[in-house]
Amino acid sequence: MSSSLTVEEARAQVDAHTREMIEWHFSPETGCPYWLDWAKEAGWDPREKVKTFADMLYFDNFDDEVLRKEDPARFIPKAYEGRPYNVFETGGTTGMPKQRIGWDDYKTDYTEFSEHYGPDFFPQGANWLMVGPTGPRRLRLAIEHLANIRGGACYFIDLDPRWVKRLIGMGEMQMAKAYQEHVIDQAVTIIRHRDIKCLFTTPRLLESLSLRMSLADAGIRGVFAGGTTMTPQYVKFIQEEVLEGKINYAPTYGNTLMGLAISRKREPGEYSLTYYAPQPRAILRVVDPKDSTKTVEYGDYGRVELTTMTKEFFVPRFLERDEAIRRPECDEFPWDGVGDVRPFQSGTKTVIEGVY
Amino acid sequence: MQIPILRLGQEYHSADLVKLNDGLVTHTANPGLIQRDLLRIGEAKAALDAIPAETLADYCEAAAELFMHADLPCGDETQGPDDYVESLSALTRLPHTLVRMNMGKIHAAMSQIRTVIGGLTRGIPLEMFDRGITSVDGLDVNFYPATESLGVSLPSNAPAGNSLWLPALVMKIPVLLKPGREDPFTPLRIVQAMIQAGFPKEAFGYYPTTHEGGDTLLTSCGAGISFGSDVTVKKYAPFKSIQVHGTGRSKILLGDDFMDKWHDHLDVFVTSIAANGGRSCINTSSILVPAGRDEIAEAIACELAKIEPLARDDENALLCGFANSDLANGIDGMIEGLLEDEPGAVDVTARFRSGERKVEAFDQIYLRPTLIACEDRDHPLANTEFMFPFASIVEMPQEEMLGHIGETLVVSAFTENKEWAHELMTSHLIERLNIGPYPTNRVQWEQPHEGNLFEFLYRRRAIQGNLAVAM
Repeated sequence: MSSSLTVEEARAQVDAHTREMIEWHFSPETGCPYWLDWAKEAGWDPREKVKTFADMLYFDNFDDEVLRKEDPARFIPKAYEGRPYNVFETGGTTGMPKQRIGWDDYKTDYTEFSEHYGPDFFPQGANWLMVGPTGPRRLRLAIEHLANIRGGACYFIDLDPRWVKRLIGMGEMQMAKAYQEHVIDQAVTIIRHRDIKCLFTTPRLLESLSLRMSLADAGIRGVFAGGTTMTPQYVKFIQEEVLEGKINYAPTYGNTLMGLAISRKREPGEYSLTYYAPQPRAILRVVDPKDSTKTVEYGDYGRVELTTMTKEFFVPRFLERDEAIRRPECDEFPWDGVGDVRPFQSGTKTVIEGVY
Repeated sequence: MQIPILRLGQEYHSADLVKLNDGLVTHTANPGLIQRDLLRIGEAKAALDAIPAETLADYCEAAAELFMHADLPCGDETQGPDDYVESLSALTRLPHTLVRMNMGKIHAAMSQIRTVIGGLTRGIPLEMFDRGITSVDGLDVNFYPATESLGVSLPSNAPAGNSLWLPALVMKIPVLLKPGREDPFTPLRIVQAMIQAGFPKEAFGYYPTTHEGGDTLLTSCGAGISFGSDVTVKKYAPFKSIQVHGTGRSKILLGDDFMDKWHDHLDVFVTSIAANGGRSCINTSSILVPAGRDEIAEAIACELAKIEPLARDDENALLCGFANSDLANGIDGMIEGLLEDEPGAVDVTARFRSGERKVEAFDQIYLRPTLIACEDRDHPLANTEFMFPFASIVEMPQEEMLGHIGETLVVSAFTENKEWAHELMTSHLIERLNIGPYPTNRVQWEQPHEGNLFEFLYRRRAIQGNLAVAM
């Protein structure tokens, strides 16, 4: 789906949205205790200084430890007071989890995702199966919402990534493998006995599932995957062999703080993925790891920096634990994209990634 | 040159590429691709089963000559033996002499495959691999394959390590290989030689891949072999189907009865430490002597110090450079740190060599041979192993040596003392035992190297009744 905006219009939209969100989060009438107190301590008023997205550089990089330490209730904007809210936690974290609260953001994100793909990519009215981390995660509600707005129901098979991470950390590789098989067993049972046409899962679970059954023969028509690194070869393999070239495939990049970034359409034989943040609600920049005020050149790897600005939640310049290639705008998304995302410094450090 | 994946003999071009140097790119297999190929492993096994084992052994002998002398496919190019030597030397920094020596070992393992397999099976006729049953000394014996595939994660530093998996093909077990990052050439050259000699190409998987891909290969095949450090050993310890060739910590034990004749075998000490650039697990990393530590140490150190860095293509080169200078710096720093911080150990070679241990020459970094004399038998350098000619020498009474050595891949016991030799032979700590003044890196093809591949891949079953039906 082509965007109706030009690059300049998209930029202006982000600038206008930035002003609106800064006003919202730093006004005593609408803002939350955490950010209002922060502004008092910082000694400057973002409403005076931040007029465009470029002015976000007045903020330092957000320290995500805040999301472990602070009571999530301190992030309730005044305008939302009294409304019940969801508490979401990040994926594979062990120890005290990072938490964020939310109301309707996930619905906004996934409705937009649904509209982007139109009625046929994931057949309208079809039932979904989500195989992956449910529990306190935003994704669990989001996928159900996606299925529901497309006229279907959603089945769930849970996988606890924190337990898998702990098993791997303890060297219990066999147990981790057995747990994964347990998850796949359940998924196979649901696919065989219920009318499922769409799947959400992680690339690795998708692979494992396809070793047990032909997903195309089982009636699957669309797969939405995310959660771990997908190298070009991974994408090629999934499309050609796991999905047998017969199933629509939507790889995405997302997390609890951002929502989800859709990957742009690729030409036949093109396997490198480029994701685009759901602007203006979230903006991704690819920055120099040594100086996060600067973006890297197009085509170069840098660290992924996220800014989320919705009425429900504000996070400025959070450095993700990922790196990516900075890619230019495209027909569908007239703003910068992030390509071939992988764990930050994965070339030099051992990272337990893609545990599920 | 582009080196693609071989998926049960079929070339496959990955979308993930690794550039090893200006002219060389390998294609990286994702883990799922390996698992998917294993779904078809029955076809590979059937292709091997269709050929008599005697014929496969003939093929292997023919492949030995092709490996040694022929131009063979290597990705999108053809590679002759000299190209192979230079290409491998350029990537691993093994001098040409050592690459050729390793080629010779692989050639020997292939050309003497019948002897090798005879050694592993204790003389069971090859027909057993065709029918599962044979007669040995009048007794009917039945063996069955415990797996349909052998996965091997190979090292970069020891091309001859490839000789370990070769017999599997004649034993009719398909192999899936993960080459070491810096040696994509050796396993591929062997595979291409075997295919040209007649082996069915379906019997071979060749997967340059990531660590995760290596894990998948080892844990998904019915049997796996890996090479690595103590960390690798620990990682795969829970997997009974994976055999790990870890740190060797090979040793020379000098018996009391050899105290008056060790001078005659100085060359054996030096060869044991320095052969193959000191990179093998069968190189000596520790010498235990009952007395005269300092005198023996000086004599060995004096000889070791004569080994100087030479260019990779020098026909007298014995030392390997380090492709990764960080590794060389790390090793050198660790040794210096331990010598400084932990009393009771001295670098004896330092007095004899013409400069520092670490030296830059011929556009690469070398570590010169090093012998550490340890007063303290428990010094951290007394029982360790590095990727260059490095050994320690420790003094202790002969009767205490066996209690001290710990798990050791090769022991060369310089002795003619029957009682002590018997004690050594019954020890569970020693994988391979040389009795007499033999280098630890000595290979006899009729003896298993480390573990017994036949016993790893096959199980014996009790069989009774009307066996005429099975014969």
